[in-house]
Amino acid sequence: MTRNEIMEQVNELLANEFEVEVSEITPESNIKETLSLDSLSLVDMIALVQVNYKVNIPASDLPKIQTFNDLYDYIESHLPA
Amino acid sequence: MQNRVVITGLGIWSCLGTTLEDVRQSLYDGKSGIIFSQERQDAGFRSPFCADIPSVDLKPYIARNQRQFMPEEAQYAYMATRSALEHARMDQDYIDQHEVGIIYGNDSVAEATMHALDKFRQAGSTAACGSGAIFQSMNSTVTMNLACLFHLKGINLTASAACASGSQSIGLATLLIRNGLQECVVCGGAQEANMYSVASFDGIQSFALRDVAAEASRPFDRERNGLVPGGGAATLILESYESAVRRGAPILAEILGWGFSGNGDHISTPNVAGPARSLELCLKDCGLQPTDIGYVNAHATSTRIGDAREAMAIAQAFGDYRVPVTSTKSQTGHEMWMAGASEIIYSLLMMKNDFIAGSINFHEPDEETACINVVPETRAAHFDTFLSNSFGFGGTNSTLVVKNIE
Repeated sequence: MTRNEIMEQVNELLANEFEVEVSEITPESNIKETLSLDSLSLVDMIALVQVNYKVNIPASDLPKIQTFNDLYDYIESHLPA
Repeated sequence: MQNRVVITGLGIWSCLGTTLEDVRQSLYDGKSGIIFSQERQDAGFRSPFCADIPSVDLKPYIARNQRQFMPEEAQYAYMATRSALEHARMDQDYIDQHEVGIIYGNDSVAEATMHALDKFRQAGSTAACGSGAIFQSMNSTVTMNLACLFHLKGINLTASAACASGSQSIGLATLLIRNGLQECVVCGGAQEANMYSVASFDGIQSFALRDVAAEASRPFDRERNGLVPGGGAATLILESYESAVRRGAPILAEILGWGFSGNGDHISTPNVAGPARSLELCLKDCGLQPTDIGYVNAHATSTRIGDAREAMAIAQAFGDYRVPVTSTKSQTGHEMWMAGASEIIYSLLMMKNDFIAGSINFHEPDEETACINVVPETRAAHFDTFLSNSFGFGGTNSTLVVKNIE
């Protein structure tokens, strides 16, 4: 899966789940602000990544994921072989 | 000094309609809300019938992060409660300034629980359940969601009393308001209508078998052979008479009394003594004679034993007085956790509009149901006081008496 494919698919999944327009998602924008995530809905983002990419995001790694770019990076580097 | 308890608002989401006017018309016309479900037949149900309940679209009203916490019945309850608050002319400003409570009947969240656990088992991860799963899968989901959405700061309590849940919620709220512990309480009952919520109920062969869906629910009729599951939600706004007058709210009726009892007997087979005691205690609580009651909305669900035992209990409590009796479940099916609340609304609509909706599909009683006066067809009738029964598994009985206020 290329990075572009990941970006396109992740944006589509997140827009659908959190009811925002895909156009609102840009690589440098803040995830929590863009998707209006609170401590509970953040769990839905983690579950979405886990279910769709088999990538587990432990709580200790969450501070590293601030922007959408951070999220693409994380998924790309943790995708199962 | 006890406060008088009045009803100032009604809201409903049911197979007979989602506005009071539509429901009134459906009742008057003897419309059946029951349909054949291909989904249930294909899935392996013994009885393929259910009530036809409009689905809810909450997107215009509630943001995604709050909708996540709401299973099917909480969605119905939200719509019913919005309508009831509007009917009671109680806006958010008033609620924010006063202590308004909520006591609502609910006794299952099968589908939401099942979906969450399916995701958990499939993914092998608890996070896969999603953030809403825990809040969706508790019996108190309706009260927890509505209290947060409407910013209710009074009592926050779910009544789980099987098919008497809705009625018990109104009874409990009545007590709190009477005694001055609450001034206003949002009450009601909600029932999920998905097939998973009643699969095990169908499994114990309690549901109706018949060729025609609209004829399947036939309380008190000699050919009755089971109930038809229904659902939706019904909300009533209860408050003290003084509070209603102070607010200039429309005062629709007064809760005159509540009676309750337990059978202390079989888990599913009712007896006569328990329900009869509930009726008698309710009349005593009101200080009324049986002849003061103009109409009885029976619990009767269309099962052989349940209807027979209730008929005997009514006959015992009312003696020689042949009070008019119907079961609106003939039109709605059994709305279970919701029924005790919705049936107050159905009866109130009849009382306010001077008719008794006939118990559809009642053609002939059997030996055990012949002891009461079942009204088979809609007829004009003026009455100012009615009694409503609700009974549930485990032998939980609840009876309410409501008096009209012009």
